[in-house]
Amino acid sequence: MGASQSARTEHEFQDLADRTGFSLEQIGNLDKRFRQLSKNEETLSRQDLTSISALDNNPLRAQIINAFFDKRNLRQNEAGTVQVIGFEEFLMVMSHFRPAAMHITEEEREKLRREKLRFVFNMHDTDSDGTITLEEYRRAVEELLSKAGTIGQETAKAIADAAMLEVASTTMGKMEPDEFYEGITFENFLQILKTFDIETRMHVRFLNMDTATMRCGK
Amino acid sequence: MPALWRSTFVLVMVLLAISRPSLASEAIGNGTEHTITTLPIVIWKWEEIHFPYLVALWILVSWLCKLVFQLNPCLTRVIPESGLLICIGWVLGGIIYGADKVQTFRLQPFTFFFYLLPQIVLDAGYSMPNKLFFGNLGAILVYAVIGTCWNAATLGLALWGCWLGGAMGNIDTGLLQLLLFGSLIAAVDPVAVIAVFEEVHVNEVLYILVFGESLLNDGVTVVLFNVFDAFVSLGGAQIDAVEIIKGIISFFVVAVGGSLVGVVFALLISLLTRCTKNIQIIEPGFIFVLGYLSYLTAEMLSLSAILSCTFCGVCCQKYINANMDERSVSTVRSTMKVFANGSETIIFVFLGISAIDPSIWVWNTAFILLTLLFIFVFRFIGVFLLTWILNQYRLVPLDFIDQLVMGYGGLRGAVAYGLVLLLDENKYKEKKLMISTTLIVVYFTVMLQGITMKPLVTWLKVKRAAVSERTLAEKIQNRTFDHMLVAIEDISGQIGDNYMRDKWNNFEEKWLYWLLMTPIARKSCDPIFNIFHKLNIKDATSYVKEGERRGSLAFVHNESKADVDFNKKFGADFSEMMPYIMTENMGPDHVPVSSILRDSVPSVCLDMHEQDLKMRESEDFDAHHLLQQHLYKGRKQHRHGYSRKHLEVNKDEHEVQEIFQRTMRSRLESFKSAKMGVAPPKKISKHLKKDQPQKMPNGKSTDNSKSHAYGDEDLEFSEGDSASGCEAAGGSFPMRAYRGAGIVNPAFMAEMDTMDPMPPMQQIPSWLAEAEVDSSNMVPSQRAQLRLPWTPSNLRRLAPLCLSTHSNDSFLLADSPATQEGISELPPPPPPQDGEGQGTHK
Repeated sequence: MGASQSARTEHEFQDLADRTGFSLEQIGNLDKRFRQLSKNEETLSRQDLTSISALDNNPLRAQIINAFFDKRNLRQNEAGTVQVIGFEEFLMVMSHFRPAAMHITEEEREKLRREKLRFVFNMHDTDSDGTITLEEYRRAVEELLSKAGTIGQETAKAIADAAMLEVASTTMGKMEPDEFYEGITFENFLQILKTFDIETRMHVRFLNMDTATMRCGK
Repeated sequence: MPALWRSTFVLVMVLLAISRPSLASEAIGNGTEHTITTLPIVIWKWEEIHFPYLVALWILVSWLCKLVFQLNPCLTRVIPESGLLICIGWVLGGIIYGADKVQTFRLQPFTFFFYLLPQIVLDAGYSMPNKLFFGNLGAILVYAVIGTCWNAATLGLALWGCWLGGAMGNIDTGLLQLLLFGSLIAAVDPVAVIAVFEEVHVNEVLYILVFGESLLNDGVTVVLFNVFDAFVSLGGAQIDAVEIIKGIISFFVVAVGGSLVGVVFALLISLLTRCTKNIQIIEPGFIFVLGYLSYLTAEMLSLSAILSCTFCGVCCQKYINANMDERSVSTVRSTMKVFANGSETIIFVFLGISAIDPSIWVWNTAFILLTLLFIFVFRFIGVFLLTWILNQYRLVPLDFIDQLVMGYGGLRGAVAYGLVLLLDENKYKEKKLMISTTLIVVYFTVMLQGITMKPLVTWLKVKRAAVSERTLAEKIQNRTFDHMLVAIEDISGQIGDNYMRDKWNNFEEKWLYWLLMTPIARKSCDPIFNIFHKLNIKDATSYVKEGERRGSLAFVHNESKADVDFNKKFGADFSEMMPYIMTENMGPDHVPVSSILRDSVPSVCLDMHEQDLKMRESEDFDAHHLLQQHLYKGRKQHRHGYSRKHLEVNKDEHEVQEIFQRTMRSRLESFKSAKMGVAPPKKISKHLKKDQPQKMPNGKSTDNSKSHAYGDEDLEFSEGDSASGCEAAGGSFPMRAYRGAGIVNPAFMAEMDTMDPMPPMQQIPSWLAEAEVDSSNMVPSQRAQLRLPWTPSNLRRLAPLCLSTHSNDSFLLADSPATQEGISELPPPPPPQDGEGQGTHK
């Protein structure tokens, strides 16, 4: 949450760049966008994001917007939501989609992967209790398929059930007769997506990315 | 260019004529000269049929070679199959040469380009992983176009330099000829590359880059070849800036035009498959004929035929797979593979055979070795250079090892050989040298690089393809990621790849689906739905298999206990774990259900075991009745045994009608009886008797174990699906949904209901139930199925039935356990009705 004056200083930018990993140019661009969205206010509200017309057709609109206001994505070890976010929070959420630097160790890569998947997991886990229950999963799948048009709500539900069964069978292996699968925990979530190429699937090229990679590559 | 092709055509015709004349002349000769004196019983007609006979024999021989290799897996593990086929070619060629003292069989360019290559290209396009291909199209194009030009130019220039320097001795050539040679040998060959890369399973990005490049650069290389060939014909003096610019323009026109022709044909195929419902037998044929026509049409217009055929396959695959019947799709797939694999085999064998012919060999050590060296070196330089440029723009940069493998994967193959054979010996004095060099290059790359590729990939620890079948959960996450990225791009206010892809997807869904897909296909083309469908079919198959393994009789006999046991156990879990769902869905009924379900008494099923034998006799009797009442007479006999037009065995309308009427009648009766609370008519009670024997032992058992207060309710549950109990109990909900579905689809409903009065057939199968007891031998997924909280709304798993036209039965089978769970969880009827309901039963 920046200083009170409307123009952010170079120093602040540098500070944000260190913390979020964006380059200065990218932060500049995102800052412009932030102002545009928030209509030159210091903070961004849900309304501002909901009013983006390009999002209208996105089935995940509500979930994505919620993710921006979810404390779990903003600070560690806190649950709940906030009403408005500042530029720094905006950047923090965005940074989940930043491509990894060229040369990082295997551990760092793994950590990054966990962080990114945690973001997605939190998106599904609406009550922040650490598991995606069948209900939550169903809602997510229904929402996801709601714009597909050809798949009805009932089918979506059935698909969610089937997927949940699949997760249960792959993650739990043999279950005792009296065992009960409560929902997808984060560990399970990692497990089912372990072959998933997160590098290509959760990255967005932010403007001026090219110069940034050139600098770290060379 | 048309001139070139025309001359090619003439050349080929001449070549063909060499092998054919005997055929023609003999045929005529036979007619005129041989006057028959007496009626021959059999005559030897080798001369008339020897041409097709030889072709068929050749195909047979090359395929047999393949068979032999596949019997020696240790051999194919070391040497790639393509290399082995070439070796076999050498051997065969040696034999033929030894017998005839002249090489009778050669790979003719016409045969190669018009009979062997198209199906390989079409298959490559058709089975191309679309998303991956278009996702990396930019990189692929850079490698295919710029990379190939780079290879051609550098090789030509380098050889020219060496020639000028006098390294090659006295050979009659020039800059343009060497550039031409460079261009024909520049292209990485899809046939060789696929053959090797498919065996080593590298990661998918690397695979698609090499594969896509090799496929597209064939088009490029043919175009380059034609341009340079024209230049050579023009002669060095006449080439000015205008001609060069024309050459560049023609290059793009030919490449882009060819691709467009392919896209047009793809549209045609897709449109055509929209309306081939009634001629399913030749439906797959259209794909092949139109695919081939796209190749020929492009060739006719002197556009790039390979590009045309590739894009035809790539673009139409999605729509035709959705439009056509499942059987046709699998026919197309397997036939495509047969053709492609078959001609690939033939090509390699012939590449080997062609070598055993002293007349084509001209040796020039410097030329050959320098070519090999330059090809190798410039390929690496080109890859590194282009990758460096690409990496500046790529989201996921290609790492060094990937580049090494890409460079090393530059195998040359049959296309180069086919092109070099096209050269006109009058213009190219060194044609033979070029042919032998090409052959050496092909052998060197295919054999040496092919053999060392696998160890290299292992040694460099190249990222391998993840071996995972796509699961439903993964697909769903995949979709989530797609939409998420678009949303993030929208929010951050930029137009990126995801944005473009999303726009394209919207456009495709809105217009292309409408235009190119049948309405039914549109519904089921969603990949998530598809995988869901497959999952269901898999479930169904395993269900049937398991049932058959246990023997169908066991199925029938153990049912009742299975079901009682299952309900109770299940109910217990269910009500404990998911109380909120129950409340939500059941409303006022909640209390009785959970209180009853919570008591689980395992002894019930154990006692049932003892009773099993006694029951058998009476059950047989009942079963007989049931069968009589609910089976219909098969009418298959009236159909012809053989039909060229149809594959279906039985879709007799009368049969379906009959089933429908019967079930409607019985349903009506049971419904009446339930609603009025009167005893069902005699006919129904007859088959309801079916339940009685079960009831007896059941009742007894509960008596024995007095501890269980709800024995009767359990019983009620097990009968829950004999129509009367159900209607009475659940008049308000899930059953409704299922009835509704049934009326929409009479055929499905009929089957459902035929089984309806027979609890054993549709209850939880014995194998599921036994697993409950001994909990040892169950497939995990099935186990999970038992564990998951099934709410009554599970009935909606049936919903896909309304959507899918395919295999209703499979769906039914897959779903029946779920359905039954749903049904049997129905709350017992509220007290007053409860009495009535039971009254009717007892």
